[in-house]
Amino acid sequence: MINASLKTLRAALDARQISSVELATLFLDRIQAANPALNAFITVDGDGALAAARAADERIAAGQAGPLTGIPLAHKDVFCTEGVLTTCGSRMLANFVSPYDAHVVTQLKAAGAVTLGKTNMDEFAMGSSNENSWFGPARNPWNTAKVPGGSSGGSAAAVAARLAPVATGTDTGGSVRQPAALTGITGIKPTYGVVSRYGMIAYASSLDQAGAFAASAEDCAPLLSAMAGFDPRDSTSLERPTEDYGRLLAAPAGNKPLQGLRIGLPREFFGPGMADDVRATVEAALAQYRALGAITVDVDLPNARLAIPAYYVIAPAEASSNLSRFDGVRYGHRAAEYGDLNDMYCRSRAEGFGDEVKRRILVGTYVLSHGYYDAYYLQAQKLRRLIAEDFRAAFTQCDVIAGPTSPTTAWGIGEKTDDPVQMYLSDIYTIAVNLAGLPGLSQPCGFGADGLPVGLQLIGDYFSEAGLLNAAHRYQQATDWHLRRPEGTA
Amino acid sequence: MSRTDWEVVIGLEVHSQLNTASKIFSGASTAFGAEPNVQASAVDIALPGVLPVLNRGAVERAIRFGLAIGATVAPKSVFARKNYFYPDLPKGYQISQFELPVVQGGAITIRVGEGDKAYEKTVQLTRAHLEEDAGKSLHEDFHGMSGIDLNRAGTPLLEIVSEPDMRSSAEAVAYARALHALVRWIDICDGNMQEGSFRCDANVSVRPRGQEKFGTRREIKNLNSFRFLQQAIDYEVQWQIERLEDGGTIQQATVLFDPDSGETRMMRSKEDAHDYRYFPDPDLLPLVISEEWIARVRGGMPELPEAMKARFVADFGLSAYDATTLTASKEVAAYFQATVDAAGKANAKLCANWVMGELAARLNKAELDIAASPVAPAQLAGMVARIADNTISNAIAKKVFEALWNGEGGDGADAADQVIDCQGLKQVTDSGAIEGLIDEVLAANPKSVEEFRAGKEKAFNALVGQVMKASKGKANPGQVNELLRRKLQA
Repeated sequence: MINASLKTLRAALDARQISSVELATLFLDRIQAANPALNAFITVDGDGALAAARAADERIAAGQAGPLTGIPLAHKDVFCTEGVLTTCGSRMLANFVSPYDAHVVTQLKAAGAVTLGKTNMDEFAMGSSNENSWFGPARNPWNTAKVPGGSSGGSAAAVAARLAPVATGTDTGGSVRQPAALTGITGIKPTYGVVSRYGMIAYASSLDQAGAFAASAEDCAPLLSAMAGFDPRDSTSLERPTEDYGRLLAAPAGNKPLQGLRIGLPREFFGPGMADDVRATVEAALAQYRALGAITVDVDLPNARLAIPAYYVIAPAEASSNLSRFDGVRYGHRAAEYGDLNDMYCRSRAEGFGDEVKRRILVGTYVLSHGYYDAYYLQAQKLRRLIAEDFRAAFTQCDVIAGPTSPTTAWGIGEKTDDPVQMYLSDIYTIAVNLAGLPGLSQPCGFGADGLPVGLQLIGDYFSEAGLLNAAHRYQQATDWHLRRPEGTA
Repeated sequence: MSRTDWEVVIGLEVHSQLNTASKIFSGASTAFGAEPNVQASAVDIALPGVLPVLNRGAVERAIRFGLAIGATVAPKSVFARKNYFYPDLPKGYQISQFELPVVQGGAITIRVGEGDKAYEKTVQLTRAHLEEDAGKSLHEDFHGMSGIDLNRAGTPLLEIVSEPDMRSSAEAVAYARALHALVRWIDICDGNMQEGSFRCDANVSVRPRGQEKFGTRREIKNLNSFRFLQQAIDYEVQWQIERLEDGGTIQQATVLFDPDSGETRMMRSKEDAHDYRYFPDPDLLPLVISEEWIARVRGGMPELPEAMKARFVADFGLSAYDATTLTASKEVAAYFQATVDAAGKANAKLCANWVMGELAARLNKAELDIAASPVAPAQLAGMVARIADNTISNAIAKKVFEALWNGEGGDGADAADQVIDCQGLKQVTDSGAIEGLIDEVLAANPKSVEEFRAGKEKAFNALVGQVMKASKGKANPGQVNELLRRKLQA
C-alpha cells in the first residue's frame, strides 16, 4: 500500500480492503520511523489525521467518496492550517497557530483528504535546497547527505520516501519542480491564478503559485483538480470553470500516443552549465518522446538568460514588503528584551529571520528605494514582459517546451550554502516560467552518474495543465522511472 | 526698506472617510465606536496568508466624487503599497494609490467672505485617490505600554488633493467647507469631524508677492475642525513670515498643530522623511472602471449644488447670493426645496427669506441642524402661504413663527392656520374697520396731524404706528397707509 498509486488506493478504500484510518496509520507509522533521518515534516498531526480518516471512512461508507476521500497527504508548512502549527520554516512563526485554513487546505479537507502533517521548507519559501529552514534541512531520501531541493523540499522528500502518497507545495521560482526533480518524483505548478493564494503565506505575490507533488502525473491530476478553482478572496485568482486535469489520461495509449506533439527545445536550456549526466539523461528522455510520436523542434528564448537577474529583483522587492507584517507586534516572534519600539522591531526581526530571508529583504528594500526603483524594479518588470513574449513566440512553433529541470542532480548538504549566487543559478531553468506565469511540470527521467534522480521539465502554454499531465503520463506509461523508489521504501 | 508684502500659498489634502458598511479590503464593519479590535478581521490584522479584496462600494463613491467635481475618472488606476513600520499599520504597508489615482483633476467653486466683500473662486484639484486607513495607537491607560486598536484599520478613505490655489486661511477654510458640504451632498462621507471622518492636512508656504517660485512649504497634519484649520494656518503663516523677515529660511517639514497653545511644532524634517518604497500591489489587479460603470453611477447622482443654484436663480427668480446660501449644504437645500414644493413656486422668494432669515437665526441660536428644525418645511410653507394671501403681515408672521417654533398649532401642515385662528392673528383687511381705527387715532393725535399737514413726513409714520398699535398689529399695513393718506389729504 505504501507504494500504491492513488488509483489503487482509491479502489482499495472503496472496496473496503483497507480503511482510511488504517491507511493513515500506515503512513503515520512510516513518518515516525523515517522522519528523524529525513526531517521532511515539521509537524505531524496524528490526532487530526485519524479524526479526518474516521470522517472519510464514514463518507466512504455512505457512498459519498470523491477521488481524494480518505487519501493521506502532507501540506507544505506555507499553508495556514487552523489549529495546527504553521511555521513557514521560520523561527518568526515557530509558535504560530493559524485561526483559519488556507483555501487549498479547505478545498482538500472538503474533498475528504487526510492531512498527516506539515512539511519542511526553506524559510518563507526562500531557497533551493531546504537548508534555510529554522527546523534544520530536510534530506534527500536517495542519499541523506544530499539536499532534496527547495523550497518545497520537505513535501518532495516525503512523497519520494513514501511518507505520504501526495503533497502540496508552492513554486515561486521552481520550488515545486526543482525538488521534484532532485527527489525523483512528479511535481506540477499550474498557471498563475489557477490555485488561490488565500492562506498561503506570501513570499513573492506575483510569482507564488501552489502546486502538487506525487509519484506520477496520474496521481498529480486529482490533487491539482481539488486544489484549483476560483476563489473570490484572492483578487489574482482566475474566474474559470473548474477542470478535471486528468481528463486526457484515460484515453487508450496506442502505439504513438503523442503523435504530432511538437516539443520545443530552447537552445538556451541546452547550452553550457548543464551537467553532462543530466544532459545525457534528458536527451534520452527526448528520444523516448520521439519514439512516442512527438517531434522535437528548436526554439529560442533569447531573454531567458535574464530571468535570474529579473527574478532576484522582483521577488525580493515583493518579499521585503510581504514580510513587513512580521514585526513582533501582533503574533510571531518578539524579542525577549528590547528598548524602544524601533529596538523591538530590530531585535525581533533580527532574531526571527534567517540569513537568506534577511538577504532578500535587504535586496528588496534596496531595489524599491527612491532613486533605484526605476533602474531595478521597473527594469526587471520590462524584462519580465520580454520573457513572457519569448514564450508566446515559442508557443507558435511548438505545443510543449522541454528541457532539464535542474542543471545538476542533488548536491551535498552544505555544499552551496556559502555561495548564494551559485545557489540562485540552480533555478536557471525554472524561474522564467514563473516570470511568465506559465504552467510547468517536472518528472523523473533517469539517474545521474551519482545515482541521483534527474528531472525532465515540461512547460506548457497558459491553462495547458491537462495537456502537460497527459504528455508526462504517456511518457510514464512507457517508462518506469516514476516507479523507482529510494531504498527503504519497499 | 519697506516691509515685504507676503503672499500666502496653501494647498489642502483632505482624508474623507467613505461611508461604506464594510472596509475597503475586507468584510469587517466600519461602524464607529465599537470595543477595541472587535471590528478587525484576519485581513485587517494582517494574519499570515490573508489577501485584500477591493470593496466596489468604495470605488463607486470615488466615481461619484470624480463626477461631482468634473474630474477624469481614470479608466485604469493602480493600487500601490506605501511601506513603513508602525504598530497600528498591521501589514507594514498601507494600500494606497500613487502613480495612477482613480480621480484626476476637477475643480470646486468656493465663496469666500461675507456680504459686500464676498467673492467666488475656483480651486483646482490635483487628484483624489483611494486608500485604507491605519489603526489607532492608544498611549494612555497602558502603564508605560501602548495599546493598538485596529477597528479603524482598513477603513476606506478618499484622499483629496488640491492644487496650491488658496491664498489665505479664509480661502482654505472656504474650500474645506465646500468640500465637506460636497462629500455629504453626494453621500460618500458622513463628514463627522469629531470622529475623524473628514481630516485636513494643509501645505503652507509664503512668498514675496509677485515672485513666481513657491516658497518652501511646511505641512500641518491632521486638522479635524475648520477652526483649527484656520488657527493653524494663521499661526504657521505668521511664524514663516517672521522667520523670513528675521533673515532665516524655511526647511521643508511636517508639523503638528497644538490646539491648546495655538502653535504648530515640528514633527519631522525632510531629512527624516520616510522613503515609502511605493510599488504596485501585486495582490490587487489594476482597478478598471468602464464607461458603463461611470454611466450607471452618473444616473444615480443627486442634483449637484451648482446645478441646483442655477435652477433656483432661473426657476425661482432668486438672487445668486440667495441661491448660493441655500445650496451651501445638502440639508438646507433639501429643506428649502421641500418648503417651496409645499408653498408653490410663486412663493419661492418668500420661502428663501424665511429659511435664510428667521429660521436660520433661530437654529443658530438654538445650535440646531436644519434637519432637526422644530418647524417642518410644510409648516413653514403653510405660514408663507398666509403671508402671500394677506391673511397675516410679515410682522404678525414673526409671532406665528415663534408659536410654530414652540410647537403650538400641532404637528400638521396647517399648524400656522391653527395658530392664526387660536390667537386671532388674522389680518384686518375690512376698510370700514380700519377707517374706524384711523378716525379714532386722528382724533386722539391732533398734534401729529398738524405736523403732517405742515410737511413733516415723519408724523405720518407715527400715525401709521398708532393705527397698527390700535389694531394690535393685525391691520393690513398697506391698507392703513393708503387709507390714512387719503383721509389726511381729504
